[in-house]
Amino acid sequence: MQQLIYFIKKFRFFLLFLLLEIFAFNFTLQYHSYHKSKFVNSANLISGGLYNKLNSITQYLHLKTENQLLIEENVHLKNLLDKKGVVPTPASIQVTDSVLYNQKYEYTTAKIINNNFTKRNNYLTINKGSKEGVETESGVINGRGIIGVIKNTSSNYATILSILNNNSKINVRLKNNTHFGTMVWDGDDYNTTQITDIPRQAIIKKGDTIITGGKSSLFPEGIPVGTIKDYDIKNNQYIQINVVLFNDMSALENVQVIKNLEKIEQRNLEQQTINE
Amino acid sequence: MNNLALTNSFRFISLILLQVVVFNHLNLFKFINPMIYIAWVFLFPFRKNISLLLILSFVLGLSVDFFSDSGGINAAATVFIAFVRLPILKLVLNKSDFDYWSFNLRLLPFSKAFLFIAILTIIHHLIIFSLAYFSFQDFLSIISKAFLTSVFSITIIILGIALLTKKK
Repeated sequence: MQQLIYFIKKFRFFLLFLLLEIFAFNFTLQYHSYHKSKFVNSANLISGGLYNKLNSITQYLHLKTENQLLIEENVHLKNLLDKKGVVPTPASIQVTDSVLYNQKYEYTTAKIINNNFTKRNNYLTINKGSKEGVETESGVINGRGIIGVIKNTSSNYATILSILNNNSKINVRLKNNTHFGTMVWDGDDYNTTQITDIPRQAIIKKGDTIITGGKSSLFPEGIPVGTIKDYDIKNNQYIQINVVLFNDMSALENVQVIKNLEKIEQRNLEQQTINE
Repeated sequence: MNNLALTNSFRFISLILLQVVVFNHLNLFKFINPMIYIAWVFLFPFRKNISLLLILSFVLGLSVDFFSDSGGINAAATVFIAFVRLPILKLVLNKSDFDYWSFNLRLLPFSKAFLFIAILTIIHHLIIFSLAYFSFQDFLSIISKAFLTSVFSITIIILGIALLTKKK
């Protein structure tokens, strides 16, 4: 017993050091696992509040690009309307019967108050939280394409797992045919991501458009992602497909959070099928 | 003593703010974000009892982690350099013991102080990038990013110490 006390006394700094390192490694392991919710995140009152204050100062710098984005999205939506033959005048507003029409997705606007794109695992912070109905596992997009998935929420802030993250795996597909794959990021360039699991029978060309696949419950189908930059074929298999993103991940400001209203139903059904 | 505590707490808070507000978003040459908050560990008074230093270093690293959503990476690396700070200083000075109370980093010859800061910064950055990438495949990017970032961190830390601290 005395020897034990002597041992602890002699190595007390080393034991304290070990204890603190164990704590730190525990947080680090949590950070590298996709499924565990993270204790250390910036969606808290202090860091969220500080980033919010800073953003209110620096947001004017992005006004020009934000306007450009809005105009692009407006043009896109107007073109869609025109394709459907709807004349956008007040008289032509249709009343949708909510019994016949089921809304599947609900969009909320939010503002990015902390943007990261140079690290291996990037997380963003937005200024809306559970108070405004932002839930974990919701997709985040803007007018040009996808941005990420909500990871942690507090009452006023939320963190996003960016598509520029080792843990991010997004279901995507080619626009001109229905072959789908998984989008990942190798950590090099924030403008290019990689697609894996594209089957060998899919015919791809440089410049093909990639959109979200709609196989997961996070994103609706058809949200733009990027275009194919180049690819490698070895033994008739696609080794690496590089995609240039439509979004400039270094300059993000206003985003939309997508809430899937049928997510629970879909999950339950899938779970039931697995269990049987 | 009271004055010393006040100086160190002020330095603690201002270095965290400087790190998360300015240096985390610098993106020099696309990816270099110098980590300057570890200057606090270099400047903390040298004592034989290092438990306070270890605990405060953990809090320092974890605060930076909270702001940059990085798990416990900064905490692990900062606690590590806080623990090896004294052995490394003894190694650099080639002495087994010295006067802890009157020791001041500014009184060292420049080459020794530089070596001390450089070794600790490189160790810290290597730990940070290995934990951030967490895979042996990315060995080369870990090494290159750690060294490139270290160059900028060391320069800024030495400039900061030379300009902002007093020679007693």
